[in-house]
Amino acid sequence: MQNSSAEIKSSRGFTHGEEDWTMVIKPQSSLFDLELKEVWRYRDLLLLFVRRDFVTFYKQTVLGPIWFFLQPVLTTIIFTFVFGNVAKLSTDGIPHVVFYLSGIVLWSYFAECINKTSTIFIANANIFGKVYFPRIIMPLSIVVSNMMKFGVQFLLFLAAWIYFITKGAGIEPNLYALLFPFLLFLMAGLGLGLGMIISSATTKYRDLTFLLTFGVQLAMYASPVIYPLSTLEGNIRLLILLNPMSAIIETFRYGFLGEGTFEWVYLGYSTLFCIIAMYMGTLIFNKVQRSFMDTV
Amino acid sequence: MSDSSIKVENLSKQYRLGLVGTGTLTHDLNRWWHQVRGKEDPYLKIGETNDRATKGKSDYVWALKDINFEVKQGEVLGIIGKNGAGKSTLLKLLSRVTTPTTGEIKAKGRIASLLEVGTGFHPELTGRDNIYLNGAILGMTKAEIKSKFDEIVEFSGAARYIDTPVKRYSSGMRVRLAFAVAAYLEPEILIVDEVLAVGDAEFQKKAIGKMKEVSKGEGRTVLFVSHNMAAVQNLCTHGLLLMNGTVLNIGNTNEIVKQYLSINQKQLSTGYEEFEDEGKEAWVHSITLKNSQKETTSKLKFGEKFSVKLKVECNIDVSNLEPLIAIDTSNEIRVFTSSSGEQGMSYSVKKDSSVEVEAFFDNLVLVPGEYSLVLALRSGKTQQFDVIFNALKFEITEEAYIGVVPHNGSWGVIRVNPVWKF
Repeated sequence: MQNSSAEIKSSRGFTHGEEDWTMVIKPQSSLFDLELKEVWRYRDLLLLFVRRDFVTFYKQTVLGPIWFFLQPVLTTIIFTFVFGNVAKLSTDGIPHVVFYLSGIVLWSYFAECINKTSTIFIANANIFGKVYFPRIIMPLSIVVSNMMKFGVQFLLFLAAWIYFITKGAGIEPNLYALLFPFLLFLMAGLGLGLGMIISSATTKYRDLTFLLTFGVQLAMYASPVIYPLSTLEGNIRLLILLNPMSAIIETFRYGFLGEGTFEWVYLGYSTLFCIIAMYMGTLIFNKVQRSFMDTV
Repeated sequence: MSDSSIKVENLSKQYRLGLVGTGTLTHDLNRWWHQVRGKEDPYLKIGETNDRATKGKSDYVWALKDINFEVKQGEVLGIIGKNGAGKSTLLKLLSRVTTPTTGEIKAKGRIASLLEVGTGFHPELTGRDNIYLNGAILGMTKAEIKSKFDEIVEFSGAARYIDTPVKRYSSGMRVRLAFAVAAYLEPEILIVDEVLAVGDAEFQKKAIGKMKEVSKGEGRTVLFVSHNMAAVQNLCTHGLLLMNGTVLNIGNTNEIVKQYLSINQKQLSTGYEEFEDEGKEAWVHSITLKNSQKETTSKLKFGEKFSVKLKVECNIDVSNLEPLIAIDTSNEIRVFTSSSGEQGMSYSVKKDSSVEVEAFFDNLVLVPGEYSLVLALRSGKTQQFDVIFNALKFEITEEAYIGVVPHNGSWGVIRVNPVWKF
């Protein structure tokens, strides 16, 4: 009886022909429909999210933005002591401080991007459940706001770098340093792509969140953050090179510090990895974001 | 070309019940396997209508099933229904928070939804920052917010606190600020959930006024969900009644509200109701409504004297039992509450005995309409033995008892006879 009343109403709905609807909500849409126009319309939101992240980071702290520096400085001191002085790992003749600092600053950008991106669905379920905006704004804002943080930390690296150059510590930068913007793009892409894949999977299966923090930490040791690639040989070297971050870190060191392993093939592998991760990440994210509220 | 603003066609939404966990993976794989072979999703064929009260056999349930309706531009559609009728699901689909299982929604223009006030408010940010952030989340551009910033602040009445972090705000102030942002949205279609249930009376009035202005003055389409029938009647031009995930009726607001209330409440009784013991120390056994002729009835004439007789039973000794009587309108507005204690009357009842009490209403003139009695038993001000909402429904008919002309509901709930003097 209820059904019949619904059908009577439906006849009212079909009296008009096709009209100029500006929006149609359907169960399924094309995977490739990224709604870039929508994303562009919400660009202010992206900037406001970035601003929010940046401002709230040091709200009610005494040291304020100095915290951005403190983290890499302390880690560098620890690494210099543990790996440089106690374990006496090689740094290819580069001063310990710049060697570790370069690795840490690069790695922490990638790690932050992937960690933050991987929890967006769960962390923002309350917002996503109440209002629509292109969901991809969220991971993009994470990448951008972490880039600001990275920028600040990168200044720290530059300061140390210039100090050691003027001291004549044998640092010989070369033109490959100009690859830096491209490297930054690769790191952002990797963090974003992998993060989106993981975040999409975690909406239904939470197991991955536990693996991730651990996995990212482990992956750092499987990358040349604390040792140069040149000290490795054979299968271990290949294994480390499988980590897409390895070539990025090595290229960066080669350009800025004059020591390191640079091969176009290695960087090409990282680039390909990044493109695939971005592609898959966007597709999966786009599919999941449409109905994740039902399963999160 | 017609002036439709939203058209909903065969819209359905299926949910899986129970825990997402064991079995999810196998269902997902099965679904994927069907999809790969180009077959229909096997789980779409099953599922039951959404009736909360009965325990279903299937793990899948249709929160909405084959919904069809159309909203014209400038209409204010009130969506009503019991809890679990599918109102929120419908709003979620319309506001694109989640996608339908089958069917389509077509719309003209931007849809902005207000399923909650203050979505995305960050407690550490100042009021100013939150206005921008919240506005952008709701779909405004920075320039739009900037141009309306002063009006938003004025509407919220929080000008003094605008550079203070929102975490220092009172909850009421936070809501006012959030609603102010939403009020200055300029979408073609606005979707509002029961956000008006917050804030003080003055602010609610302001909010309803603003919504009326938006729909009437600016020709926007508004979809409004509420349990507050007075607000729905006040605001909406049309009503949509949902029940167990299907559209029961759509049309004139007053008729829809009336239909909803008649489903929702007990049918008019004969004027006599009995209640269960339920292990209370003192409880109302039965209640009788009597007209001026001492006949038991649920229909009273306009202006007729009536009385309410209670039979109270006690399982313990109670020395100062005070019955309370209240009357609610069908819109759930409390007309009055009266306790026998106010007249200095209290009753002493022995264990395992009963007492009959009758309250006479000689001067209460209720306007025609449906009402319900609320009863309670107390001892002093501290102890409450029993309370029964909706204990007995009765009707005041249009027929006048004593030669006075009844007026319709728009003059208020009761009629009073003041003494007019020069």
